[in-house]
Amino acid sequence: MPSPQPVSAPVNTAGADPFVRIEAVTKRFGSFTAVDDVSLSIYKGEIFGLLGGSGCGKTTLLRMLAGFEDPTSGRIWLDGQDMTGVPPYERPVNMMFQSYALFPHMTVEKNVAYGLKHERMTDAQRKDRVREMLDLVQLTQFAHRKPHQISGGQRQRVALARALARAPKLLLLDEPLAALDKKLREHTQFELMNIQSQTGVTFVVVTHDQEEAMTLSDRIAVMDKGQVRQIGTPNDVYEYPNSRFVAGFIGSITTFEATVRKIEGQNAILDVPAMGGVKIGRSVPGLTEGEKVTLALRPEKIRLGRERPDDPNSFSGVVSGLGYLGKDSLYRIALPDGQIVTVNSVNARRVGEDERVADWEDQVWLSFDPTSAILLRN
Amino acid sequence: MAAIEQSDVPPHRKGLVSWFNRRGWSDIIIATPYIWLLVFFFLSFIIVVAMSFATRTPTAPPFSFGGEHPLINLDGYKRLFQDSLYIRAFLTSVVNALIATALCLLIGYPMALGLTRVSRAWRNILLMLVILPFWTSFLLRVYAWMGLMSNNSWFNRGLTSIWNWVVPTDWALRSIPMMNTNFAVVLVMVYSYLPFMILPLFANLEKLDQTLDEAAMDLGSRPFQVFRDVTLPLSIPGIIAGGLLVFIPAAGELIIPSLVGNSSQPMIGRVISDEFASARDWPMASSVAVALLLLLVLPMMLYTHFDAKAQERMKDEP
Repeated sequence: MPSPQPVSAPVNTAGADPFVRIEAVTKRFGSFTAVDDVSLSIYKGEIFGLLGGSGCGKTTLLRMLAGFEDPTSGRIWLDGQDMTGVPPYERPVNMMFQSYALFPHMTVEKNVAYGLKHERMTDAQRKDRVREMLDLVQLTQFAHRKPHQISGGQRQRVALARALARAPKLLLLDEPLAALDKKLREHTQFELMNIQSQTGVTFVVVTHDQEEAMTLSDRIAVMDKGQVRQIGTPNDVYEYPNSRFVAGFIGSITTFEATVRKIEGQNAILDVPAMGGVKIGRSVPGLTEGEKVTLALRPEKIRLGRERPDDPNSFSGVVSGLGYLGKDSLYRIALPDGQIVTVNSVNARRVGEDERVADWEDQVWLSFDPTSAILLRN
Repeated sequence: MAAIEQSDVPPHRKGLVSWFNRRGWSDIIIATPYIWLLVFFFLSFIIVVAMSFATRTPTAPPFSFGGEHPLINLDGYKRLFQDSLYIRAFLTSVVNALIATALCLLIGYPMALGLTRVSRAWRNILLMLVILPFWTSFLLRVYAWMGLMSNNSWFNRGLTSIWNWVVPTDWALRSIPMMNTNFAVVLVMVYSYLPFMILPLFANLEKLDQTLDEAAMDLGSRPFQVFRDVTLPLSIPGIIAGGLLVFIPAAGELIIPSLVGNSSQPMIGRVISDEFASARDWPMASSVAVALLLLLVLPMMLYTHFDAKAQERMKDEP
C-alpha cells in the first residue's frame, strides 16, 4: 500500500479548514485502477490545478467531484458535507466541460439560464442573473445567438458563464483552454483568473499543460498513474520537486548519479563522477553520508562561459548542439564521460551570430549555485 | 460534377480515376438514378395524372380522351367529394396511419434510445433483432398475425381468458373479435413498420453528444428533465424522419387492410385497387391516387418549406 501522499502546507491558506477533502479515494474500472488512494485538501477560494499526462486519473477525479462517477472506496467531503451517493443534480458543484457541451438548440442566453430553471427565484431575478453572467464574460451582445453562430473563444466563455450562473461552491474546469489557439489561450488564462477573483468561487482545473497549470493555479497536484506525486504551489513543485517524475514532468532536467560525501548542517558535499566534488545548499533531511542520490539541474539554472568561473560547482564540456529560440538559446553540452547537459541561456543582449557565447565544438565551462541544484533521494 | 480528387487516391488506382474523370463516366453514373426516377416514377406519374382527366369507356384500355369532355374530364375529382365512400376511406386511412405512427413512436423511441445506451456488442445483437423480421416474407408475417388473431387461436383464447378474469361476468366473451377490425389493421401496421421508426431515430440519437446529458444533469436537471430539455428536442429530426417513413406507406397501405381489415370500412389503398381492378374505372382510380399523393406530399412540402425558412431566420439573426 502506498503511504499517504505528502502534502506541503498551503502558503496562502495556512490554518484554514479544507473546503474540499478527498479522503483515500480509489476508483477502479474493472481491473484498471484509474485513481489510486488519493487524499488531498482544497481550500476555499483557491484555484487548484490537477496536472498530469493522459490516463493519470485527473479527469476521473474531477468526474467524481462532479458526481458522474462514484468512488470505489474513500470519501469526498465538500464544505463539511459527505458527497457519497449525492447525484450530480443535487451537488453545489458545476463543471465546465472540455468540449463545452453547450446545448446546440438553445441561444447563448438560454444556455446560461438553463441551470437557473431549478433555482427558486422570480423571472426578473433570473433575467438579472443571466444578464450579470453575460456581462461578466462580455457576451451580452451575443445573447440571442446559437452556439454554432459564435467563435470557439466565445463558446468557452458561454460555458464558463453557464457553469457560474448557479453560483456553485466549487467550479470544475476540464482542460478549459485546450480547444483554444495559443494567443487566445494566454489571454483567456488571465481572464479566468480575473473572473475567479471577482466571484471568489473555488476552482479545480484539470490540465495536461504544465504552463497552464503553473499560471492558473494557486496550488498544483501532480498526478501519475492514479496517484498524487506532489502537491504544492507552482514554485514548490518547480523548484523543490520531491521525485524524479515531478522534476521531469514540470520543466526539463538533467540528472546525475551522485554519492553523498559529507553533510555540513544545511549543506552537503556530493561526489558526482562527471564534475568531481559539488556543494549543495538546502539538503534533504535524513540524508546519510555515503548514500547514493540523484542530482538534478534545470537548464536555466546553469551558467555557461568560456573561462573557468570562480565557483565551487563548475565543470567543463564541449558544445554538441545549439538551438536559437529568439528570446533564449538552448545548448547541449557533452561532458567528458559522454553525458549530455542541457543549458538554457537568456539572450539578454542583442548580438550577432559570430558574437555568441559559444559555438559548435567549443570548450565551455558550466557552473551553478549550491542552492539551485535539486537533490533527489533514490 | 463530382470529380474524384487525385490526391485522395492510392497511386496504383490513379489511372482508373483519371479515366473515370476524363470520359465523363462520373456524370453518367451519378445521372443514372435520376434517369431511373424520371422514367419509372415521374413519367409514370404524369401518365396517372393524365389518366385521371380521361373518360371511362368500355374499351381496352378502358379510357379515352374524347367524348363529351375532350381532354379534361373532372368527373373523377368531383366524385371524390360527392361520394362519401372516398372521404370516409381517406379519413380511415389517415386516422389508422396516424394512430399507427404514434404507437410506433411510443414503442420505437425507448427502443432506439436503449440501443444508444448499451455496449457495442449488445447494440449489434439488438439491431440485428430489429432488422430480422425483414428476412421473412412480409405476406407470411401478416398471415401469421391472421392466425394469431383468429377466434380459435391459442393467442386469442389466452387473451380472452385474461379478459374474462378481469371484467365482471356480464361482459364475458367467448373470444375477442380482433380480425377484420381497424384494431387489427393498426396492430399489424405497427408491427410491420416499427423498424422504419426505430432505425432513423437510432441514427439520430446515436449522434447526440452524451456530454450534453451530463451538462444538463450538472446544471440541476433530473434524468427526466434531461430527456425533456435536451434529448427530445435534439431528436426531432429523427422523429420526423421516422414518422414520415411510417405514416406515408401506412396511409396508402393495401395488403394489411385487405387481409385483416374491416371490408365495410376500406382504406384508400383498397379503394384504388378496387376501382382499378374490379370496377375497371381507371380514371377514377387515378383521381384517387393523385388526391392521395397530394394529401401525403403537401404536409411534407409545407414542413420542408417552413423548416428552411426557420433555418434562414436563424442565420440572419445578428
